[in-house]
Amino acid sequence: MDQDNHANYWQVLISPRNASLDARGQGALDEIHGLGLDHITRVRAERLYFLLADLSEAQVHAVGAELLTDHVTETCSCRPGLTERAQNGAVVEVHYLPGVMNTAALSTRAAINELLASRGDSQRVAEVRTAWRYEIDGAKCVADLEKIAGRVLANGCIERAIVNGFDRHDELPGTFPQARLSSFELKSVPLCGLDDAGLTTLSRQGHLFLSLAEMQAIRTYFQKLGKEPTDLELETIAQTWSEHCGHKTLKSEVTYRGPGFGSDQPVEVHYDNLLVDTIVKATNELDRDWCLSVFVDNAGVITFDDEHGVAFKVETHNHPSAIEPYGGAATGIGGCIRDIMGCGLGAKPVASTDVFCFAPPDYPKEKLPKGVLHPRRTFAGVVRGVRDYGNRMGIPTVNGAIHFDERYLANPLVFCGCVGIIPRNRIDKIPQRGDRVVLVGGQTGRDGIHGATFSSAELTETHADEFSHAVQIGNPIEEKKVLDGLLRARDAGDCLFTAVTDCGAGGLSSAVGEMAETLGAVVNLEKVPLKYAGLSYEEIWISEAQERMVLSVPPENLEAVITIFAEEEVEATDIGEFTGDGKLHLRFNGVTVGELDTQFLHGGLPKQRREAVWVPPPAKPRPAMSLVGQDLTERLYAELSDPDAASKEWVIRQYDHEVQGGSVIKPLVGPGSGPSDAAVVRPRLDSDRGIALACGLASDLSDIDPYWMAIASIDESVRNVTCIGGDPQRTAILDNFCWGSVSDAQAMGTLVRACQGAYDAASAYGLPFISGKDSLNNQFTQDPTEAKRLGISALISIPNTLLISAISVLADVNRCISSDFKQAGNRIVLIQPAGMGFNLEAAHVVHLRVKEAISSGSVLAAHDVSEGGFAATVAEMCIGGSVGATLDLTAILSSELRTYHGLPSNSKDRDTVAASLFGPRMTAYCLEVIGDADIPGAVLLGHVADSGLLGVTSQGTELISAPVDQLARSWKEPFAQGPGGDSRG
Amino acid sequence: MIRVARVRVLVVRAAGINCEQETLHGWRLAGAQADLVHVRQLIEAPAMLNGVQVLTIPGGFSYGDDIAAGRILAAKFQRSLLDLLHEFVAAEKILLGICNGFQVLVQMGLLPGGDLGSGRVSLATNGSGRYEDRWVILKISVSRCPFLKEGTQFELPVGHGEGRLVVDDEKTLVSLHKNGHVALQYVGNDNGSAAYPANPNGSADDIAGLVDDTGRVLGLMPHPDRFLHHTQHPLWTRRSSDARPDGLTLFRSAVESLA
Repeated sequence: MDQDNHANYWQVLISPRNASLDARGQGALDEIHGLGLDHITRVRAERLYFLLADLSEAQVHAVGAELLTDHVTETCSCRPGLTERAQNGAVVEVHYLPGVMNTAALSTRAAINELLASRGDSQRVAEVRTAWRYEIDGAKCVADLEKIAGRVLANGCIERAIVNGFDRHDELPGTFPQARLSSFELKSVPLCGLDDAGLTTLSRQGHLFLSLAEMQAIRTYFQKLGKEPTDLELETIAQTWSEHCGHKTLKSEVTYRGPGFGSDQPVEVHYDNLLVDTIVKATNELDRDWCLSVFVDNAGVITFDDEHGVAFKVETHNHPSAIEPYGGAATGIGGCIRDIMGCGLGAKPVASTDVFCFAPPDYPKEKLPKGVLHPRRTFAGVVRGVRDYGNRMGIPTVNGAIHFDERYLANPLVFCGCVGIIPRNRIDKIPQRGDRVVLVGGQTGRDGIHGATFSSAELTETHADEFSHAVQIGNPIEEKKVLDGLLRARDAGDCLFTAVTDCGAGGLSSAVGEMAETLGAVVNLEKVPLKYAGLSYEEIWISEAQERMVLSVPPENLEAVITIFAEEEVEATDIGEFTGDGKLHLRFNGVTVGELDTQFLHGGLPKQRREAVWVPPPAKPRPAMSLVGQDLTERLYAELSDPDAASKEWVIRQYDHEVQGGSVIKPLVGPGSGPSDAAVVRPRLDSDRGIALACGLASDLSDIDPYWMAIASIDESVRNVTCIGGDPQRTAILDNFCWGSVSDAQAMGTLVRACQGAYDAASAYGLPFISGKDSLNNQFTQDPTEAKRLGISALISIPNTLLISAISVLADVNRCISSDFKQAGNRIVLIQPAGMGFNLEAAHVVHLRVKEAISSGSVLAAHDVSEGGFAATVAEMCIGGSVGATLDLTAILSSELRTYHGLPSNSKDRDTVAASLFGPRMTAYCLEVIGDADIPGAVLLGHVADSGLLGVTSQGTELISAPVDQLARSWKEPFAQGPGGDSRG
Repeated sequence: MIRVARVRVLVVRAAGINCEQETLHGWRLAGAQADLVHVRQLIEAPAMLNGVQVLTIPGGFSYGDDIAAGRILAAKFQRSLLDLLHEFVAAEKILLGICNGFQVLVQMGLLPGGDLGSGRVSLATNGSGRYEDRWVILKISVSRCPFLKEGTQFELPVGHGEGRLVVDDEKTLVSLHKNGHVALQYVGNDNGSAAYPANPNGSADDIAGLVDDTGRVLGLMPHPDRFLHHTQHPLWTRRSSDARPDGLTLFRSAVESLA
């Protein structure tokens, strides 16, 4: 086609009729004001469609008027060519970079061609591109425009900003960009002759992120074969052996020397395999018959009912979200959903969870390192990404948390979880010799190359440039279509395929590699459907293009599988065969481009041996407890508006948490929209059985002792599940380790202590781990001079963070309770382990007692005590119920502190009272109890009251008097307007 | 025993539609014989509408809501099934669009329809600029819809990013009221006019749903398919479980009006 023939290109500009109909322009203006550019007065956003088609002006007008314009809200103008546009004032256009997935362009092309066909026109549109055009009023200089373009309108990883205004005049592209063509060239990498230094250099320069020992093992393998590896072979090994896919640190052999666990006596402990000897061991020892599939599949599976299991998986997508928060978070949740779809022979996703860790939104702009996004932008982008993917897939996002710490500045954490329902006779999967390798879903492009190895790297100020190719853009509608087809193929007869897995990190390389682990496979890479011509065989093999899955299909079912997917408008392509010769054999147009023994690929990774030590950090006074002279009512307001505790309603309401019709306990409860401890869904519309989901995260404790952090995280997750009526004896948990680094022995020591804490708590509480994941390189290095100038550390390492996600199956959702106070006059009690210190057995008893009390029907509301102590807990129950409470601390103070006498007359006593009210407690619950029901071990705190006040007294003296509506304001205000609305000063 | 023919319902599915299961469940709980049909099948074999009394377009993001919410699915209907849908409605049958389905009916010009034709009413981005999931109180403002009882109120959740009803000019708004197209309106807690968030999207005159001239084409942004079980109500843990869920009432009334 003649690219230079101007008449072949058309542009259609869609403009809002007035400012009140320009939501995009208004949203951009708000964000611009958030940057401090208050002098910008107006942003007008217009949509541009560019068509490559041999159409007449009349045809283009028809397309514009009949398809692209909403005549109530928009106007439309059409012109030939790509560049002629009215140039009025300052304008920024945002175009996608070549090769970036643009789903709207694809569906628009299809819709235009359907329209042309229905008109009886023979012409078709060959390609559509889209862009946004922003007219900006009030800018003072080109720097304003550049700042707006770079910080609000475009992300350089996927988009290009074309700026026109003042003295800058970027040229508008006159033709569509053409994808780079790679001509076929079989590349081998000289490796066999390299010395150790050469191997180290190759690992670094080739972005392989492999250790010397691992490179040596590869050298030995190829020396034995007497050949050099092809680029593809080396890349495949690097992907398979990456920390992301191999979990090699957690599976390493470790000797720990340091203080004991729960005692200060020094110990030496040897683990053959850290993961197997702690996390997996707990599950094996508990041996619950309701655990159906643990640690072997994409997700863990437990029993739901006689016919169904429930699968749960939590993933992280940290590095991509650091670079491109929207795309990173969207593909994070998309990938986790695919893990559920690829669990067993396919589970149906029924709920999602998300937990984020960011730097505080009020982080000073002038201290932001180069290449790092401001936490407000990360926060907003991540929320939009999860929202758009989850909502469009039609999977309710029901539970989550957001935690803030400055050390997450360059390494935000984005945990995405997904739960699915699977028939119990569809849990086992084994590819059979002779099965076809069938790729289903979206086409393959250059998106997301090197994601698996990238995730194993440390971030630096240049990461955004170096790894922009690792950014992926999601297409939730494609994934929904794949899901619809997959479930139909699963439920046809005895299932039309023998195994399935998703293409995640590593793309086909890890998906096919994993499925071919025992049998081996031959794959014809030229058969993979491409978004555009010209990908090399290596790019095809490792691309992380989203929304793709691999099925092993018996040859006799191939046609039926292809037909079902075609009916759902999804491509299914036969790209090879599972052979049975134990070799992964990769071909491109008949030429062998890679051949690896699957035994070496999956069994050849040298086991790591690590030393671990732990020296406790010097004890620091907890700043939370220095309260001298502070008014206790003010303190309560401050606790509620702490960013970690404050209401996330702005986030929650953007998530569709009710789609699929299974919502039982929502994220916000009661007439006052108070916080819920856990979410409950009823995944089968014809059944009253339910699933409770909750999480626990105590990374603040990691600075003190990771052992206690692990226990506290597990305890919090089980409290949350118990509060809504879940049974701690019927609860399973998942681990997600996100560490700053594990490079030295002290860092390994922190990992060991967390693993041991996880084992101890899981064993004591009877909670089997069923699945887990780790991300162990979350630190950021920058130039020391630059760091000094900014006044921040050159090395920023996240606080070691263990997220525990809990899932509990409920026999009857009608018996659930919520945390909002129900009825004035009811008693409020506190229940916690008796005696001083903490022990797991005593805590376990408390969890069981609370469960018993709720089952007996005598508890109307339960809420766990976390940050802010029981004062904040009771306040939140008041907010949810829009009702007051009266507490008398006389009993609890005398039981907690025998030496306490009289009223808080001096600062020391005030500290004591404040510590009781606001201090963290390892295992504690507040319950609203009906009548005179007796709950063993519970201490009376007070009563629910009609007063509209939360009043706290001790021996007749008022300590706190807070109107409930003021409590609600304190709790709701910090994020009422989103991440930019932090009004704490 | 006399066999009574059950009301037959088709629920349309398409790429990106994602509320089809709960919508199907609602019709079945209401006693109808309900089935799913892909829009492609309907276009290929329109005769499958014979004997069907209700066609439902459920919620979701059909074709990604690319170009505009509901636009591409509406274009498919318009091109291949518009005449058939007019006949369908003329034959005293019911056409229901929920959320994305409502957007599709408006895009097709079936709502408000009649003298107002198409291109006078649209569903634009929410006033808040973002997707919102929350419960609302609705009042029924119309008498000619055979399964809505004028003056009654009920509660349902909304979940959408583009539900703000906008009109091309004030006269259209007057006509919507005068000609009885306004089927449902958001109301505040005190029965008064509904400020945000009671009106969750900034719709003109708090309009949440429209009917056509016949009263048998109904489109609404709130989701009756999400209130079929008492534990779906946000305050169910503090209410009696005796009352019939409002969403189910709507499906039942529709089935009863046809039986």
